[in-house]
Amino acid sequence: MSTTTASETVVRISGVEKRFEAGGRSTTLALTGIDLDIRRGEFVSLIGPSGCGKSTLLRLIGDLTPPSAGTITVNGKPAPQARLDRDYGMVFQAPVLFDWRTVEDNVLLPLEILGRPKAERVARARAMLELVELSAFTRHYPYQLSGGMQQRVAIARALAFEPAILLMDEPFGALDEMTRERMNQELLRIWERTGTTIVFVTHSIPEAVFLSSRVVVMSARPGRITKIIEVDLPRPRGFETRELPRYFELVTAVREALRAGEANGVAPVAASSTGRPSSDRLAAEGLG
Amino acid sequence: MAGAGSVLEVAQGGASRPLRGRLAQRTRYYLPAVLVFGGVLGLWELLVVALDIRAFILPAPSAIVTALVDSWGAGRWLIGPAFANTFVQAIGGLVVGTVVGVAAAFLTARWTTARDSILPIAVALNAVPIIAVAPLFNNWFGLTNPISKMMVAALLVFFPVMINVTRGLSQVSPASLELMRSYACSEWTILRKLRIPNMLPFFFTALKVATTLSLIGAIVAQYFGGASDVLGRVIVQSASALRFDVTWAAIVMASITGIILYLGVVAVERVVIPWHASLREPEV
Repeated sequence: MSTTTASETVVRISGVEKRFEAGGRSTTLALTGIDLDIRRGEFVSLIGPSGCGKSTLLRLIGDLTPPSAGTITVNGKPAPQARLDRDYGMVFQAPVLFDWRTVEDNVLLPLEILGRPKAERVARARAMLELVELSAFTRHYPYQLSGGMQQRVAIARALAFEPAILLMDEPFGALDEMTRERMNQELLRIWERTGTTIVFVTHSIPEAVFLSSRVVVMSARPGRITKIIEVDLPRPRGFETRELPRYFELVTAVREALRAGEANGVAPVAASSTGRPSSDRLAAEGLG
Repeated sequence: MAGAGSVLEVAQGGASRPLRGRLAQRTRYYLPAVLVFGGVLGLWELLVVALDIRAFILPAPSAIVTALVDSWGAGRWLIGPAFANTFVQAIGGLVVGTVVGVAAAFLTARWTTARDSILPIAVALNAVPIIAVAPLFNNWFGLTNPISKMMVAALLVFFPVMINVTRGLSQVSPASLELMRSYACSEWTILRKLRIPNMLPFFFTALKVATTLSLIGAIVAQYFGGASDVLGRVIVQSASALRFDVTWAAIVMASITGIILYLGVVAVERVVIPWHASLREPEV
């Protein structure tokens, strides 16, 4: 977004590496040499093949797991401090709604935890549900909603306490293509209205291009950033955006960057792209 | 969208369906069970008369009802007071066993040291055929003291409650825990907002099993002696006096005690966890 604060860095990742214990003395190198700055109000997508560590990178930013090396600062603070200050809103692939809470009570959850005054939090939850167009469903339980609606509740919940950054881990991965496109549109509208910084993990190229200001392309084993593509499509974006020649150019650019990343990958992996060892694959899935 | 459509149906179906429609639906739901029950009783009555089965082998339902009415408040065996006393003992055991079971579960779920020390004891306790300790309890708490019966019932109730509540507290989805972590929650907040609500369905499942167990515990403990104004004693004594119609009447009242306890739990469950899958309004 072209506001006056556009150049302010919210997330600064430098020299980050992440290793996972793989039993015994061996470790798996999930991420290496990660440097990335994310500016305030940006919409950044992380895209890459399964096991490239894009979700791990997101979880590192959110301090859900610590880095093995390197530093991550968020709002000028170390990531753990930023988590304690509740600078993040998380949206996972599954909506992770609490069955025992109504839609409104689910959105109220973070506000209760933060101890906001009752009148304020109810007003805030209502406003958020209006934002995701679920005002008619405040008293429903999650099981009464479709998957797309549940994910909208999760987004409303994540935005409820006005976090500086929204971390989204393949939030629409479980939705069908039509619902996903609608949710993309919805998310852009919300992003434009709230001005929140969004870091968005996906493995859908069209989704990344359509949504983002920048697409960060990653490669697997060890996960690293191979290319960052600026998406200069005009905003506001809508149905027509997906038919612009520039859109197709960018989709192609991301696809080629992904392929180049694969080709430049570690030799044994490239050589056995179809028959990867299953244990390796499991480890990769776990990291992905 | 199919999703949105079904949501609207639920919205209308749940709250605003007219009462008469719901009553009709309930009736349709329970009618087969009522018919089968009535049919079995009718057949029983018919067979007893037709085959001239002797009353001490199998009294007819009508004879059982007569015995129940006659012995309710008068005669050698007083089924009314026996029912009331047994009810109190079963409920007392249920409450004690549940409270202790829940407390133990919270300890084991919270501290691994507690788990390591309590769980083996609980498993060992469960391995004891608890009925076998009834004479001991009669000795400890007094043969005629209802507490001795309650304690046998409580011991039976303890284990399933503890195991289920422990599972409910600890089997929380990792994603939910991560969500709470992203809010930088304390363990206490996670307990209150996540673990306890997550545990409630497990708790009610255990409680439903526990109602039956507490009744079994109370009645079997009564078999081993004590005051005679309880169903267990009525069953033992009337059977040895070959008054099987009274025995049957006492068994009927024991079943009714169990049903009342069970329905009580179900009623509370409906109020406390209306969101749980097992309690959702059927979509017709």
